[in-house]
Amino acid sequence: MPNSFQIVVCSSLVPDPLQTLEPVAGPALKNEMMLPAVLDPWAACSLYEAAALAAAHPGSKVYLVAMAPKAKLQQVMMTVAQKVPFELVALDGPLGGFTDAQSTAAALAEAIAAIPALDRSKLLLFGGWESASRGAGVTLQTAGELLGITEQFQGVDQLTVRDDGQLEVLERVEGGRHQVSLCQGAPAVFGWATGNLAEPRNSPQMGMANMRGITPALMKAKPVKLDANGLSYVSAAVPKQTRETRLVRDMPAEEIAREIVAWMAE
Amino acid sequence: MATFLPQVGAMLTLPGDAVRQILWRFSDRFDLQMLVQSARAVARGQVAHMVAAGERNTHEWTPAKQQMMEAFDKAGITAAFMEPEQGGFIAGPKNLALGLAAFELAWVDGGAATASLAGFLALAPIHERGTLEQTAHYMALAAPPQPGEDRKVRRGAFALTEPIPYVGVDTGILSGRLRVAEWNEGQEPLLHVEKRGRFITNIACADFVTAAVESGDPRIKGSCVVILEEGDPGSFDRGTPTKKLVHQLSSTGDPIFSLTVPASRIVGGYTVKDGVIVPNFSHGEIIEAVFRRTRVTVGLMTSAKLLSAVEPVIRYQRGRFRGAESIKEGSLRYEMGIQQREDALQRLVDVWASGEASASLGFAAARLFDDLDPLEREKTALLAERGIAGGRAEMKAMREVEAKAVALLSGDLVDARRDELASDPLVQYALRDAAANVLCPATKLWNTGEGTRMMREAVSLMGGYGITEDCPGFLANKWMDAQLEATYEGPEAVQRRQLTITMTNEVFLAQFKAWTKEMRAIASERPGSGACTLATAMTMWLWTLNYTQHATDADGNKLYHGQRQGVTFALADALCWLLAARCQILDVEELEARGPLDAVVAEDLPATLQFLRDLCHVQSARASGEVSRICAELVYGYNRHPAWDAEGHKACFLSDELDEYEGFIPGLGAVATDVIGVSGSHPVKAGPCAGCAGSLDFLHLQNKLATCLTGSRLAKDRAAGTVSKVMIPEALDYPQ
Ligand SMILES: Cc1cc2nc3c(=O)[nH]c(=O)nc-3n(C[C@H](O)[C@H](O)[C@H](O)COP(=O)(O)OP(=O)(O)OC[C@H]3O[C@@H](n4cnc5c(N)ncnc54)[C@H](O)[C@@H]3O)c2cc1C
Repeated sequence: MPNSFQIVVCSSLVPDPLQTLEPVAGPALKNEMMLPAVLDPWAACSLYEAAALAAAHPGSKVYLVAMAPKAKLQQVMMTVAQKVPFELVALDGPLGGFTDAQSTAAALAEAIAAIPALDRSKLLLFGGWESASRGAGVTLQTAGELLGITEQFQGVDQLTVRDDGQLEVLERVEGGRHQVSLCQGAPAVFGWATGNLAEPRNSPQMGMANMRGITPALMKAKPVKLDANGLSYVSAAVPKQTRETRLVRDMPAEEIAREIVAWMAE
Repeated sequence: MATFLPQVGAMLTLPGDAVRQILWRFSDRFDLQMLVQSARAVARGQVAHMVAAGERNTHEWTPAKQQMMEAFDKAGITAAFMEPEQGGFIAGPKNLALGLAAFELAWVDGGAATASLAGFLALAPIHERGTLEQTAHYMALAAPPQPGEDRKVRRGAFALTEPIPYVGVDTGILSGRLRVAEWNEGQEPLLHVEKRGRFITNIACADFVTAAVESGDPRIKGSCVVILEEGDPGSFDRGTPTKKLVHQLSSTGDPIFSLTVPASRIVGGYTVKDGVIVPNFSHGEIIEAVFRRTRVTVGLMTSAKLLSAVEPVIRYQRGRFRGAESIKEGSLRYEMGIQQREDALQRLVDVWASGEASASLGFAAARLFDDLDPLEREKTALLAERGIAGGRAEMKAMREVEAKAVALLSGDLVDARRDELASDPLVQYALRDAAANVLCPATKLWNTGEGTRMMREAVSLMGGYGITEDCPGFLANKWMDAQLEATYEGPEAVQRRQLTITMTNEVFLAQFKAWTKEMRAIASERPGSGACTLATAMTMWLWTLNYTQHATDADGNKLYHGQRQGVTFALADALCWLLAARCQILDVEELEARGPLDAVVAEDLPATLQFLRDLCHVQSARASGEVSRICAELVYGYNRHPAWDAEGHKACFLSDELDEYEGFIPGLGAVATDVIGVSGSHPVKAGPCAGCAGSLDFLHLQNKLATCLTGSRLAKDRAAGTVSKVMIPEALDYPQ
C-alpha cells in the first residue's frame, strides 16, 4: 500500500507525576514499584501521534515496545490499551529512572529487530525525545542507530506526510521556534516532544479489543537484564522546592500578580 | 499465653489498584480494570471540575450536567450495563462491574454516580423482566453509538415513588393508574396511564420512563410496570426540579404523566384471560428483582466516600502547621502536624476501617449476585423441565432444596452425599439466594447509615476546612450526599424490614453458623485478625436471635415479631456490623493468599497485610461492641425492673437465710446488697437490683467477648502509627 507505515513506539513507565518522589540509595526511587505508574508522558504523546498517522494511512500498523516490570506494565495497560489501537511488544525489565541508556537502547533495538514480519523499509521509530523519569535524551537515538536508521529527528512536534510520500518534520529549536525539515520517507527516527494531539478518551471497548493481543504479549514478555556499563551515580536528588510564605491582608489581586511576575523574573 | 508475631515495618504507600484488585477479586478481570480506569478518568477529570466550579449550586439541568452524561457514554460507563451484542464490552453478569463504576464516580461525587446509575435503574425492569423485543429495543436505544454511528443516546428514568400520601417506604400502595383507552377486537389494546412521580432521578434528560402503576380498570388485573415515552400521545411533563441539598449533579423532579400507550409497553408482556389483561409481572415482582441488585451499588457509593477521605485528611493533618514562622522545616511539628496527636490518628483509623469494611461487604454482595444470576436462570430452567413454574409449586420444590442445603452445611453427611448435594445447582442457588437476600439489604443499610456517621467524623478531622466548598476531596458534600444514599432506593426502614425476614431464613442461619466456624478457624491461625472477637460476637448474635424468638417480655408478649421493630430492627442492625467485619477479614485473607503472586503487591505485602489486618481488628472490636450493646439491651431490656413484691423478693436473700449461709460462706453478708429483713424490711430504694435476674449463658458470652477484645487497641495503636508514616502523593489527583 502506498504510504503505509510500520510505526514502532518505544516507551517506558514512570511514576504518576503527582506522587512523592524520594531518591534512596541505589540509587532508586523510594517505593517506586508500589507507586501508581503511567506511560512516560513524552512517549505517550508519540503513541497518540502514531495512532493518528496510522489511521490516516490505511494499511499502517502501530507497535508499542515497552520495557518495565511485567506486573507494572499490565497495570498501566489497563489505561493505555483504552486509548488507541496497537500491538504490544513487552520486555520484562527494570523501571527506567537509573538504568543505562545504552543498554536500554540495545534491548529495545533487539526487540524491534525480532518483531515478526516487520517491514523495515516502512519503519518509523517513535518515542519521546527524553523521558520524564530521567532525561537522558539518547535512548531513542541510540536504538535507531543500532537498527541502522540514520534519518533522525528530535523534539518533534509535527509530522506531515506529503502527497509525494516525503515527510515534513517540525522540530523544536531554541526560542520557541520550529525547524522544518524534509525527509525522503521511512525508515526514520522521531523523538517526539508533545505533538499536537490531546490525550484520547478512554474507551473500554477499544481496550478489550487491544487486550486480545496484549495479554499474550505480556505472558511471553522476555526478561531483560540491563548492563550498567560502568555507570555509577554520585548522588540523586529531586529539584529543590522553595517555599516562601507571607501573610498579607487586603492586597488587590493585580498587586499580587505583579509581585509574582517580578519574583519570577528574578 | 503470648503470641509472637514477626515484626514488620509500617505500610509504605496507600493501597494501590493492584492491592484493591486482589481484595475485591478482579485481578484477572481486565474488562473491569479498564472500566475502573475509564470511570476514574471521567470522575477525577470532568466531574471534579464541575464540582470545583460550583455546578452543584444549581438545581437546574445545565449544559455541563448534560455533557457529563455524554462523557459517561463516551467513556464506556453507559455501555457497562449492556451485553456485548448490545454494544457493551462486559460479558456475563454485571453487578461487580456497576459497583466498581459507581465506586469510582462516587469517589469524587455522589450525584455523578447517581446520574449514571439512574439510567441503569430505568432499564433494569426491562433487563430483568422485559420481553425479548422490549429488551432488544430499549437496550439498543440506550446504547452509546458505535464508531461511525450517528445516533442520539436515549436515556431513561424510573418512576415508582409518588407524591405523599402514596408510595415511599411502602411501595405496595400506588396511586398511578392504568386504564383501557381503546380495545378493538383482534387489536393491541391502547392503555391510558396517569402517573405522578416524586423525586424521580434523571427526569430532566429522560426520553423514556419505566413507571409503576396499578389497574384502575376491571379489564386490567393487578399492577405492572409500564414504559412511557416522550412523544406518546398525551402529556409528558417533567415537572419542577427538586430543590435537593445533595447529589446536585443528577437531575431530580416531580413529573406528571398522562399518556396513551399500546399494551405492548407493559414490562414483561401480558396475557388476555376472559377479556381481562393480565400482566405477566406485577410491579412488586419487578421492583424486587431490580432493587435487589441496584441497592448494593448504592451502598458502595458511600464506601467510596469514606476511603476517599483518607488521603485528604492525612495531607491536612500533616501540613496543618506548615508555613508558620516559628515552625521550622524538619521539626516534628512541621513534619507531622496534627498527626503528633494520638486521637487524630486513631479517629482516622476508625474512618478508614469502616470504609474498608463497607467496601468489603458491598463488593462481596456484588460478586454474590454475579454468581447468583446464572444460577437463577439455571434454577428456572431446571424447575421448568420438571414442570414446575412459579407460585406454590416452586415454593414447595424449593423447600426441599433448602432442606438439602441445610443438610449440606450440617457437616453430618457422608462424603458421597455431600459431593452430590454440593454439585447440585439448585442447592447452590438456594445457598447463594439466602445469602444474597441478607447481604443486599445489609450493604444498603449499613454502608450508607454507618457510612454517613463516619463521614461526619471524617469532616470533623478537617476542622473548619471540612465544611467548606474548598475542602479537598469535597468531604462536606460527601457527608450530606451519604444521607441521600441511605434514603433513596428504599430507606433504612425498608432494609431493616427485609432483614427481619431474610435473616431468620434457615438456609441463611445455617450459613451463618458455618461462617462463625470459619472465623474461629482463621482466629486460631491469626489471633491478631479480629476473627476471634468476631466469632464470639456472631455467637452472641445468634444466641440473642434465638432467645428473642422464644422469650417474651415482662407482659408476656413475643419479642421477635414483625411488628416489634424495636427488637427485629435492632437485631438487623447488629447483624450488619458482623457481616461487614467478616467480609473485611476474608478480603485480607485473600490478599495474603494471592498477594505473593503479584510482583507489585508482593513488594510491601507483609506490611500491607499487617496494616489491613489491624484495621480488621479495630473494626471487629467496634462491631462486637455494637453487637454486645444491642444484644444486652434486648435480653435484659424487656424485663421489668423488680419491685419489693413477692416476685422481686425471689431474687433476694432473706436476713435469717443469710445468717445461716454466713456459717459456711464467711463474708457473704458483707457483699449481699438486697436483703429482706424478718419484718419484710428492705434497703431504701425503689426495688432490688435487676442484676440478679437474667441469663447466665448470655453473661458468659459477654464475658468471653470482653476478653476476646485482647489486642484490639494494640492493633489500633499500630495502625495509627502507620497512618502517621505512610507515604501519600504530593497532591490530590482531582480535579485533574
Ligand atoms: C434525590 C432523590 C432521588 C430519588 N430518585 C428516585 C427515582 O429515580 N425513582 C423513584 O421511584 N424514587 C426516587 N426517589 C424516592 C425515594 O426512593 C424515596 O424518597 C424513599 O424510598 C423514601 O420514601 P419517602 O421519601 O416517601 O419516605 P417515607 O416513606 O415517608 O419514610 C420516611 C421515614 O418514615 C419511617 N417509616 C416509614 N415507613 C416505615 C415502616 N414501615 N417501618 C418503619 N419505619 C417506617 C422511616 O423512618 C423512614 O425513613 C428519590 C428520592 C430522592 C430524595
